[in-house]
Amino acid sequence: MRGERATVLRLARALGAAWRWLRAASGDDAYERYLAHHVREHADRLPLSRRAFFRESQQRKWSGVSRCC
Amino acid sequence: MKKNIWGVVLAVVGAVALGGIALYRQEPINALWIVTAAVCIYLLGFRFYAAWIAARVLTVDQSRATPAERHDNGRDFVPTHRWIVFGHHFAAIAGPGPLVGPTLAAQFGYLPGTLWIMVGAVVGGCVQDMTILLLSTRRDGRSLGQMARDELGPFGGFAALIGTLLIMIILIAVLGLVVVNAMKHSPWGTSTVFTTIPVAILVGFYLRTWRPGRVLEASLLGLVLVLLAVLGGGWVDHQPALRPWFDYDGVPLAGFVILYGWLAAILPVWLLLAPRDYLSTFLKLGTVVLLAIAIVLTHPQIKMPALTQFIDGSGPLFGGKVFPFVFITIACGAISGFHSLIASGTTPKLISSEADVRLIGYGSMALESFVAIMAMIAATLLDPGVYFAINTGAGIVGSTPEAAVQTITGWGFPVTAQQMQSLAQDMGERTLFARTGGAPSLAVGMASIFGNSFGRGLLAVWYHFAIMFEAVFILTTLDAGTRVGRFMLQDLFGQVWKPFGRTSWYPSVLLASTLVVAAWGYFLYIGVIDPNGGVNILWPLFGIANQMLAAIALSVATGILVKSGKARYAFVTLVPLAWLALITTTAAWQKIVSPNVRIGFFAAANDLAAKLAAGTLPAERAAVAPQLIFNQRLDGWLTVLFTAIVWFVIIDMIRVWSRRARGLSVIQSSEAPYQLTRLQGVPQGSGS
Repeated sequence: MRGERATVLRLARALGAAWRWLRAASGDDAYERYLAHHVREHADRLPLSRRAFFRESQQRKWSGVSRCC
Repeated sequence: MKKNIWGVVLAVVGAVALGGIALYRQEPINALWIVTAAVCIYLLGFRFYAAWIAARVLTVDQSRATPAERHDNGRDFVPTHRWIVFGHHFAAIAGPGPLVGPTLAAQFGYLPGTLWIMVGAVVGGCVQDMTILLLSTRRDGRSLGQMARDELGPFGGFAALIGTLLIMIILIAVLGLVVVNAMKHSPWGTSTVFTTIPVAILVGFYLRTWRPGRVLEASLLGLVLVLLAVLGGGWVDHQPALRPWFDYDGVPLAGFVILYGWLAAILPVWLLLAPRDYLSTFLKLGTVVLLAIAIVLTHPQIKMPALTQFIDGSGPLFGGKVFPFVFITIACGAISGFHSLIASGTTPKLISSEADVRLIGYGSMALESFVAIMAMIAATLLDPGVYFAINTGAGIVGSTPEAAVQTITGWGFPVTAQQMQSLAQDMGERTLFARTGGAPSLAVGMASIFGNSFGRGLLAVWYHFAIMFEAVFILTTLDAGTRVGRFMLQDLFGQVWKPFGRTSWYPSVLLASTLVVAAWGYFLYIGVIDPNGGVNILWPLFGIANQMLAAIALSVATGILVKSGKARYAFVTLVPLAWLALITTTAAWQKIVSPNVRIGFFAAANDLAAKLAAGTLPAERAAVAPQLIFNQRLDGWLTVLFTAIVWFVIIDMIRVWSRRARGLSVIQSSEAPYQLTRLQGVPQGSGS
């Protein structure tokens, strides 16, 4: 019984890690990361809204060489 | 100790696999030998050579704070876990290049290209990517052009900028040509590719308006829709009323691609460019993984001989001997100068520890090289006769199926018109003769691999999935490249007249975009009207340009190594640089002076001009001859310009080296001063 539970827990942890990786790699969690950074460094100012943050980050990403052949 | 045992095991397995390739020369060889040899070589290179370079040559220092930490702003400078940066970097460097190059180079047989992909990557491409990545990381993520200016002088910087702009234009033109040739008279392919545009726009609205920034949801939605578009294309193909709407000749398709590129450059990025990029990234990674699994599952036999008679320079896809042309044809996959722009762009701003450059720089390139190996397998598992029938232009083998099969069978690669007809039927196409550009033949190869692993009844669907996959890739590169070209042009003109440099000033945006699109649109149009397929001219030009950009990057790297007192290790970048200088200069020389009309640009132009004057050309060829003649001469002069730029940069680097060796002053290093890292380990996953 205990062994099974440990396996299930390990599996859940692995799936969780994979999900977090996928979100981070695709940029799905970019806003959350930005918020965390903002709270840490500039707690005195209001952060950008989710919409404004993505608008700005897309503009920034496509202003340089970001895709190759 | 344990690591050393792994090294020995890898070396033995790799040696056995390479030995297998060497011994199987006279009979069909299984693709698994090639896959095994490649994987072992990459792992060995990564484990030993890359580790040695990182430790001794680049003196990677884990305690040194990276720009991501020092300038952390939660936006573009963000310390990120190394596997996530690996994913980003690989997605950025991997494009259609490593798929097309090996497919074309397969005309020499499977061996030359395969060996060059493995060796070129391990001692050339991977080293370049890793070195530039570290050098840029040590310089606050500066671009290659800025590093060239800072470390060699203003001339180096200018040469890098011009080189980049020119290669971008040639690259976009040749990729556009690949898409046009894949869609020509293919209602299924054309309707599928067209449908990806409204799908991208829908995803764009989803991400901006409905669910801002929910990248995974939006990508999943887009992915389902483009897969439905593949099936929908099959339905369209069976509707006699709808078919003509998507059945086009090359010239109107080129017009569509040019119009599309222009719109994508002037429209806001969120509408078309960014959402298309999400789709293409997911498709790209998914298909690469799927292809690797399918190759291992089906372990197909390679039917192409190790070497064909075309190593003598008489190849039907493009003219030129195996040396130097196999090294020019396969740029991406072995060494690609373009990567140095990515490695000195967004990636260095994400790296959280210098120690990660080995995985991200060297490792991503090794994976891209593996993609090139898979493309080579997909091309060479076809019957050679079929491969040549698909990839050879009508100008070489004749425009009727009977003439084509007769010529190709005469080369010793038997094929029948019936065989081609039934293959075309299986793939859901009207014909597969003279579908030059590499995409259709790669799609046939991929469809047979996927079909054998996941159901043969779906061959036509797999074929058009592969076409859609390549087209989405290519159109993304086309959008992004046009936009970058526009910025460069605005930057250049901005130095003459200030307002033009403002990247958001609309008249400047319109003018610069139009100029960039006109430039590649011209080469695309000429390629489409060329009866030999156009790829035979444009691809070598692109290969030369891309390898020359790599030579510029390696010159900058060598210069920096020498200036930092590591001249005795400079061979690490100097050896690939010398090789690139040799092959590009030889190829350029032949493209300029060769009297063979299938190799020399000027020879071809003069030959055509003489025939035109003598009136021996058929009417439809005489009509386009003046344009083709002008284009060949222009290509010749472009090659001269490329070669001159590269040699100026190399000489500039040698000048810096010799000044340093004689103890004279050199430009000061632009390396950012050392600062101790305060990061505790590296943020995991979504992190801090």
